[in-house]
Amino acid sequence: MDVTFLLNGSQVTAKDVAPTTTLLDWLREDQALTGTKEGCNEGDCGACSVMITDDSGAHALNACILFLPQLHGKAVRTVEGIAAPDGTLHPVQEEMITHHGAQCGFCTPGFITTMATAHTNGATDHETQLAGNLCRCTGYAPILKAAKAASEAPVPAHMHDTPLLLDQNTPGEKPKASGAEPPTTIDALACWYLDHPAGTLIAGATDVGLWVTKGFRDLGPVAFLNRIPDLRGISDGGDHWRIGAMTTLTDLLPFMATHHPSFAEMIRRYGSTQVRNAATIGGNIANGSPIGDGSPALIALGASLHLRRGDARREIALEDFFVAYGQQDRQPGEFVEAISVPKQDDHLSCYKLSKRFDQDISAVCGCLWIKLDAGHVSEARLAYGGMAGTPQRAKNAEAALLGAAWTRESVEAAMAAMTKDFTPLSDMRASAAYRMQTAQNMLLRRYMEDSGQQASVLEVAP
Amino acid sequence: MSVAKPLPHDAARLHVTGQARYVDDIPTAAGALHLAFGCSKVAHGTLQSLDLAAVRAAPGVVDVLTAADLPFANDVSPSAHDEPLLATDSVHYVGQPLFCVIATSHLAARRAAGLGTAKIEPLPPIFDVETALAQNSRFEDGPRIYERGQANTALETAPIRLSGQMEIGGQEHFYLESQAALAVPGEDGDVLVHSSTQHPTEIQHKVAEALGVPMHAVRVETRRMGGGFGGKESQGNALAVACAIAAMRTGRPCKMRYDRDDDMVITGKRHDFRITYDVGFDATGVITALDVRHDTRCGWAQDLSLPVADRAMLHADNAYFIPNMRVESHRLKTNMQSATAFRGFGGPQGMLGMERIVDHVAGHLGLDPMAVRERNFYATGAAAPPQSTHYGQEVDDFILPGLIAQLKDSADYDARRAQVDAWNAEHDVLKKGIALTPVKFGISFTLTHLNQAGALVHVYQDGSIHLNHGGTEMGQGLFQKVAQVAADRFGVPMAAVKITATDTAKVPNTSATAASSGSDLNGMAVRIACDKIRNRMAAHLAELHQCNVAQIRFEDGYVITPAQSYTFAEAANLTYVGRVGLSATGFYKTPDIRWDRIKGEGRPFFYFAYGAAISEVVIDTLTGENRILRTDILHDAGASLNPALDKGQVEGGFVQGAGWLTMEELVWDDAGRLRTHAPSTYKIPAASDAPDIFNVALWDGENRADTIYKSKAVGEPPFMLGMSAFFALSHAVSACGPDYPDLQAPATPEEVLASIARAKGV
Repeated sequence: MDVTFLLNGSQVTAKDVAPTTTLLDWLREDQALTGTKEGCNEGDCGACSVMITDDSGAHALNACILFLPQLHGKAVRTVEGIAAPDGTLHPVQEEMITHHGAQCGFCTPGFITTMATAHTNGATDHETQLAGNLCRCTGYAPILKAAKAASEAPVPAHMHDTPLLLDQNTPGEKPKASGAEPPTTIDALACWYLDHPAGTLIAGATDVGLWVTKGFRDLGPVAFLNRIPDLRGISDGGDHWRIGAMTTLTDLLPFMATHHPSFAEMIRRYGSTQVRNAATIGGNIANGSPIGDGSPALIALGASLHLRRGDARREIALEDFFVAYGQQDRQPGEFVEAISVPKQDDHLSCYKLSKRFDQDISAVCGCLWIKLDAGHVSEARLAYGGMAGTPQRAKNAEAALLGAAWTRESVEAAMAAMTKDFTPLSDMRASAAYRMQTAQNMLLRRYMEDSGQQASVLEVAP
Repeated sequence: MSVAKPLPHDAARLHVTGQARYVDDIPTAAGALHLAFGCSKVAHGTLQSLDLAAVRAAPGVVDVLTAADLPFANDVSPSAHDEPLLATDSVHYVGQPLFCVIATSHLAARRAAGLGTAKIEPLPPIFDVETALAQNSRFEDGPRIYERGQANTALETAPIRLSGQMEIGGQEHFYLESQAALAVPGEDGDVLVHSSTQHPTEIQHKVAEALGVPMHAVRVETRRMGGGFGGKESQGNALAVACAIAAMRTGRPCKMRYDRDDDMVITGKRHDFRITYDVGFDATGVITALDVRHDTRCGWAQDLSLPVADRAMLHADNAYFIPNMRVESHRLKTNMQSATAFRGFGGPQGMLGMERIVDHVAGHLGLDPMAVRERNFYATGAAAPPQSTHYGQEVDDFILPGLIAQLKDSADYDARRAQVDAWNAEHDVLKKGIALTPVKFGISFTLTHLNQAGALVHVYQDGSIHLNHGGTEMGQGLFQKVAQVAADRFGVPMAAVKITATDTAKVPNTSATAASSGSDLNGMAVRIACDKIRNRMAAHLAELHQCNVAQIRFEDGYVITPAQSYTFAEAANLTYVGRVGLSATGFYKTPDIRWDRIKGEGRPFFYFAYGAAISEVVIDTLTGENRILRTDILHDAGASLNPALDKGQVEGGFVQGAGWLTMEELVWDDAGRLRTHAPSTYKIPAASDAPDIFNVALWDGENRADTIYKSKAVGEPPFMLGMSAFFALSHAVSACGPDYPDLQAPATPEEVLASIARAKGV
């Protein structure tokens, strides 16, 4: 297929590209733009970061797991396009030199593009902005100093890219032998998926990208959901909020910050800036991972899932979607259209436990909805990731809590009951025993926090 | 003076604009081919056959090589000739290259490599220390033992005696640029190899062996690496050799770069160690006797494991004089990646073992570990004659007491330790800890003949200067520091000096850029070369002006005689016209070192580099999650050649060292497969893992040894400052209960939680 976008300010058309060509390979091998580096080829190191501007603004993304068709109509800026056309360095480039922010220099182009994107957006939470860029040389101190020093400088005019106003209904040519077709409405997608039940839906590609770059999988016919604007966004459904499947984690964060701040804080640590800019909440659920962080939080909120197959729609409780490891309640040709979350007061605490705070898959993710009524537990939904083959509620622990006084004794009774809920596995992230102990302790942590004890190392100031 | 200035890295502008060129960025002629290895999925076995039909039939595949196709030597070992490029009749680890695909693209080569099948008759693998010991699976005949005094006798008479054991995990280098090489065939059997290597001469040597040609037929060029950390001292051999063979076979440029997962599965990592100790001391914490044992898993091939394990023994004292000390080191052969060089080269493991012993002794006595440290430091000051290490080298430059006093003062250590205790008394879920740890690190290659370097300097008739030396640039700023030396010798601005890629055709027989030696060795070699040319220029001008050579000065871009000032360009041109050579080589060897590695006696190090760090941490006693709140460092770089770049080494070294001891965990499964083979599962520190408050300063002092401008080596020593974070965690855990926490490394959240249980005695 043909894909048209702005590259460093100039319109380009990538002709006849395979739909799974990554932006990184295309830049380096086709365009001889070798400033963008491959560090891991799986979206974890950020050496390939580029700035993508679309109608929702400028975003840093990982080019190694970004397929060219995802870029149609957007604007791409690589490290070669961060300095002004006359060669004047961007403020983040100047400050990186001044503060000695580059040593071996290999991660630097990715840092520069992420920093320049954050600078364009006026973001100053530098550690979070840069959580997806790994550096092995500097220890980050000079990079963070550079980001801070540059933050006051005005945004250079050339950084404001205007995405192309392409008609989303006619993106490029008709597909060729690859079988790729580009549905651009939800109805068209429903038809397409019925016709191609073995096809692959590509949302943010933060997981599917690895099927290609690491697994060499043939995806069969593909549909790029970024071309369906109706799948994206959060709307008011009366007694609930409806979250479109293609809503990115980046877009979900401010919404949750308003309604369920603990969920928002977990989203802040979900993936990285680059990953959250691509990853969608629908993709997070639909791929059925037992260790995705979105599902336990949404289950704890009592969310339901809107599935669609052809013209048939159904709504199920999110927790019922996960049948077993690798198995979901989803028919061939059926896809996630939206998630709805009840409007309610906040009683949620999300605890994400991993070896590294930022951009790490959880060993255990505990999302605890505990509502008290006159000192007694009136609602308990304790949803966990990493404890079973699917995201799952601790039903025995919930039963132990329901109706009980919110005391240490009842918390400990619920912790004991939790051993009946889960039989976790040992793997490279954690042992089974550690998973069980910390899943239990998360309940105790919630209790200690309710009792006024400081319980998060992230909240301790030096 | 251009030395001692905090100038930016020479390539800083290229780095930030994406123009800095790495091996994979070098434009190649059309028709360049790409390589990928097909690797063993079995940890140990007899290779019976390879079925490569599907590989050969895969799209884009041009050729497939097996061991039988290799024309000459099938060996990429840097030491014992025990590392075939492609497996012959046996396989020794999961990830061992079995065959090599040559294809039209990187992706085609990787994809095809996955299609081969190997018939391997499994043999019992050896993974753990116990099995290796039981089967006497080791390098060298038996353990190496270094001893001073009578450790075992002294232990028996010691007032208090403790024993313990510590596991220390390995570490993946995670250089951001994975291993890469590009070979371009030349005429008459010559080949040019671009390699991301710390050791171009070794690449040249191995390629020549593999092609059956003299070393003069092979030219290796390295402009820069995207990180090395020791991981590119020997591990690039396989790629360079494979590319060279493929290039000669196909007549086309051949390139190979490991995909990240392949890199992590194929290449060696830091050695993991088990440290077992028996220590005797008195009630004040003075250690009188120590018997310490190192068991290290070296993996399947010898590589650099012997000198790594030696260096661990040489740092088993860290900063402490122990009158009776015995170190026994077992280098175990296991069916895993061949462990290799990594920043510190065994020193960190040896040193961590000693610091653990100090921490344990202090825990037992209920003392601040800092008090125990101070009571056991090497003697210093005019009143006390220097004491010797357990291998007989006098510690005659021991500056730690003064350095630590200054650090404690600037970081307010004593008051903060009291504040930590007070804070802990008020908090149930979270606990804080604080620790100060010192570093004493020996500088020089322990293989004495490696302590040499060469340089090649040209001055052109327009006064511009071409600088070349045997060191390689991996981000540490070596090229900039050495260029500052050259600019200073000629009294010219930095812009006059052109830094050029390391090239075996310019400077031959170089040592690896390793052992922190880059600036010490190459800076001196460049100084010698520059001074030869400067002296010739001065002699020529002195003759012209009939003045004394000593009256001629090279300053601020001018060459000044009593009668007249010339720009450096004018002086260069005059010298040229006077038919005086403006090109020179420089050669340097480190003086005053000797070492017998079997006896464990001598003076292996030219001098020691020192430093100390104070870290404060907080832990969550419910999950073991932990974080560094603040770190203060005072590090000894001598009279720094470039304080900004040296500070960068200190900051980066600390974070890398802290990562090693906290979140970085290598996990192999029961079949010997590395499960943490990508950044998704192997976690190096991210931006938010650097300490919230991070104060780094350089100690103001000159090297007492006669080094280049009295500077000190700074590449490796700061890595070990990361120990302060580990022992701060130990301190925090010890606030949870009465028993010694027995913290193991890495102190992941899971390990911290386990050690809390140990401290509580549950």
